[in-house]
Amino acid sequence: MNWIKIKNNTKVNLNDIPTLDIDDLRNEIISLVTIDKMRPIAFFGKDWGRGQVKLFVALADDGQNKPAAASDKEGGFYITSSIFHAGIKSYECLTNIIPSFHNFEREFFEEFKIEPLNHPWLKPLRKMGDGKTNYPFFKMEGDEIHEVAVGPIHAGIIEPGHFRFMCNGENVYHLEIALGYQHKGVENLMVQAPSNQLIESIAGDSVIAYSLAYSNIMETVKGISVSNKAQLIRKMALEMERAAIHIGDLGAISGDIAYLMGASVFGATRTLVINTMLEFSGSRFGRGLITLGGVNFDIEEEKIKRALKTLDKVESDVTRMVKTMLKNSTVMSRLEKTGTISTERAQELGLVGIAARASGVNLDSRFDYPDKWIKELNFKKEKFEGTGDVNSRFQLRYKEIIDSISMVRKIFEKLKEFKNEPVNSGYEVLSKENSKDSFAISVVEGWRGEVVHIAMTDNSGNLTRYKIKDPSFNNWYGLALAVRNNGVSDFPLCNKSFNLSYSGFDL
Amino acid sequence: MMIFLIIILNLLTVLFLPFLMIGIIKKTKAFWGGRYGASVFQPLYDFIKLIKKDFVISNTTSTIFRLTPLISFAAIIIAAVFVPLISGTAIINIPAGLIVFAYLLALGKFFNCIGAMDTGSSFEGMGTSREACFTSIVEPAFFIILGSIMALSGNYTFESLSKITTNAGSYGVLIIIFAVLALFLMVLIEGCRVPVDDPATHLELTMIHEVMILDNSGFDLALITWASGIKMLLITSLIAKIIIPTGSPLYALYYLITIFLVSIIIGTAESSMARIRMSHIFEFIFIMSSFALIVMSLVGAKVFGG
Repeated sequence: MNWIKIKNNTKVNLNDIPTLDIDDLRNEIISLVTIDKMRPIAFFGKDWGRGQVKLFVALADDGQNKPAAASDKEGGFYITSSIFHAGIKSYECLTNIIPSFHNFEREFFEEFKIEPLNHPWLKPLRKMGDGKTNYPFFKMEGDEIHEVAVGPIHAGIIEPGHFRFMCNGENVYHLEIALGYQHKGVENLMVQAPSNQLIESIAGDSVIAYSLAYSNIMETVKGISVSNKAQLIRKMALEMERAAIHIGDLGAISGDIAYLMGASVFGATRTLVINTMLEFSGSRFGRGLITLGGVNFDIEEEKIKRALKTLDKVESDVTRMVKTMLKNSTVMSRLEKTGTISTERAQELGLVGIAARASGVNLDSRFDYPDKWIKELNFKKEKFEGTGDVNSRFQLRYKEIIDSISMVRKIFEKLKEFKNEPVNSGYEVLSKENSKDSFAISVVEGWRGEVVHIAMTDNSGNLTRYKIKDPSFNNWYGLALAVRNNGVSDFPLCNKSFNLSYSGFDL
Repeated sequence: MMIFLIIILNLLTVLFLPFLMIGIIKKTKAFWGGRYGASVFQPLYDFIKLIKKDFVISNTTSTIFRLTPLISFAAIIIAAVFVPLISGTAIINIPAGLIVFAYLLALGKFFNCIGAMDTGSSFEGMGTSREACFTSIVEPAFFIILGSIMALSGNYTFESLSKITTNAGSYGVLIIIFAVLALFLMVLIEGCRVPVDDPATHLELTMIHEVMILDNSGFDLALITWASGIKMLLITSLIAKIIIPTGSPLYALYYLITIFLVSIIIGTAESSMARIRMSHIFEFIFIMSSFALIVMSLVGAKVFGG
C-alpha cells in the first residue's frame, strides 16, 4: 500500500504512514488526481532531524466520482509521505501537470528551500523576500499598459495585501496579488502553546470553524468524547456563523455597487444574528464558546425561543431584500457576468467553498465527510447551478443563509432530546499513551470553505507539527483570474464576492 | 441699490445652499436607509472644520498642485456671477454669459485634472482620465440645450431661459421637460452622484471625482468640496430659472423649493439604484445628449416650421 486511507476526524499512527520515493510519490499523486479526481488538501514538510525533511501529502476523495446511487458516498483522505535526505534540494514539480498544487509547492519551497523544478510561478508566498530584493512582479510591456498598485495600506478598515493591476485603459489584463504582510508564525505558536484562544484569533471571521477544527483534532488525538448536546451546539454555532457572515457579505456587495438600501438592510439583519451569538456565548463572533471536550455555555429554553423569533425575522428580511435586488436592473447589470470563473477553471485551480460551488463544483465538506448528525437530522446536499460570476456567488450566499437558518431550527428541535446532558465532558488530561505518535486530520466547512487542520504528535504525546489550510489559500488565485478582462473598477466587487481572508492565508 | 441686494442675496446663496443641498441629499439617503442621519448642516460644519485644519502636501508635487484648489475655486465662484440665482437675475447679465460660464467650469476642471496628475499617483491618473472623458461628452450636450433655448429668443443671456413658453408657444412645454431632464442628468454627472459616481465609497478603484482629490487636505480640500457643491447648485439654478415663470414675485421661494426638490430626488435616486458599471456610463451620458438633440430639434421645428 502506498497510501493510508482515513476518515475525517480520525487519527493514524505516524509510523503507519507509508514513505515513498519522491518520484513514485509524484506518479502516484498524478494518477490519483487526474484519474480518480482527488484533490490536494495538504502538502507540507516537517523537519525530520539530521537535515532531513519529511513531506506529507493528503489528498481528499470527495466521493465526487462515485455513482450517485453508491451507498458509501462518504469521502475520506489518502495520506502518504516522502523523505528528502540531507543534501537533496530539489524535485520535479507537480504544478506543471496539476495546477492546483502551485501554492502548496511554493509554500513547501519557502519553508524548506527544497525547490520544485520547473515550477512556473515560484515566487515568495508569505515571506516577501529577504528585504534586499523586490518582489518579482509580473511585467507587461507596451505604451498603453499602465500599472495600478493598491495596498498594502488600504482605504477603509481591511487587512493588508498588495494588488498590482496591469491595465489597458479600464481593462485589467492581469492582477498579481502579493500577500504575507500578516505572517506571524501561528503554526509554530500552535505547537508551543496550543489553545482555543489562539486558534480563534487566526481568522477573526471564522472563529467557530477554526475553533471547531482545533477541538475536533485535539479530541481525536487525546481521545476525549463530546456529549451529543455539545456537538449540536457546536454545529448550530457553525451555521449561525455562516449565516451571519454571508449576510454581511451581501451587504458589502450592495455597498460596493452603491446600492444603499441593500447595505442598510443586510447590515441591520447581520447584527441580529451576531447579537444572538452574543446571547449564547458572550461574544458576537462566538469567541470562547467552543472548548476542548464540549462547549462553555449551555443554551437555555428561553434563549432558544428568542433566537427562533429573531431567525424568522432575519429570514423574511433577507428574502425580501434579495428578491428586491434581483428585480432591480441596475443591480443585476453590475452583478451578472462580472468576475466569472468557469467550472473547468475552478476545478483546475482547486478552488474550494463558496467560490467553487458558485462555479458549479459541488464541494461541501459538511456533506462529503458527514458526521452522524447529517443523516440523523436529514440534511441534504443540493447542487447549486452557478455560472461562476458575482451574481452566482451572491445568490449562492442567499441560498446558504436560508439553508443555515433551517438547519439551526432543526438543531434547536433536536437539542430538546438531550436536555439533561452536560455541555462539557470535562477536559481531563488522559494518559499520554493515547496520543503517542499520532497523525490526525480534521476538515470543517467554514462559511468560506473547507478549513483543514492537521496535527502530529511525538512519542511522548506532545504536538510537534500543526498545519492549517484556510480556504483562502486555494481561492486567492481564483480572484486574480476572475478579474481578468474585467474593468478595474469592478475589482472591489469581485473581491467582496470572494471575501477572502488575509490573516488566514498569511498564518 | 437693487444691484447690491442682488449681490448680497446671490453671495449668501453660494455660501450656504451648496452645503444645504448636500446635507438634504444625505438626509434623504439616511431616511431611505432607515437611519436618522446627521443634521442637514453637517456638511457646513465639516467645511468649517476643514477650513481650520492644516494641510499636508506630498513632496512629489509641484506648484500646480498648490494652485489647483485656488484656481478651480476662483473659476467656479466667477462662473456663479453669471448665473441667475435666488434673486432671479445674475449679478452680471451679459450676452454669451453661457460661453463664459461653461468655459470657466472647464477651466476649473482642467486645473483639477492637471493638479491630480501632478501627484504622480496611478489612482489619480485613472480618475483624471475618467473625469476628462465624461466631461468631453457632457459639454457639447450642455451647449446644445442652452444654446437652442437662447436661440429661440435671440437674446443670448440666461434671462431668456425663463421665456420658453412665451417664445415657443405650444412647443414650450416639451422643450422645458426635455431641457430639465437633461440638466438634471448633468447635475448627477457633474455633481458626481450615483449612478455615475459614488461619493460615499472608500474604494479608490471605482472613484471618479473623489480619487482626484486624494492628496488634498485641510483648507485645500475645503475649497474643493465647496467648489463642487457650488457647481451642483449652479446647474440646479438653471433648472429653476427654466421652470419658474418670469417676474414671479415669489421667485426666491420657488427657487428654494426647486433646490429642495432636486436634492430630495437625487437622494431618492441614489438610494434606489446601484451605480452603473464604468463601461456603461457613456450610455448614461448619451441619454443627456439625446435629450439635448430633442430640445434642439423642437427649437428648430418652432423656428423654421412656424
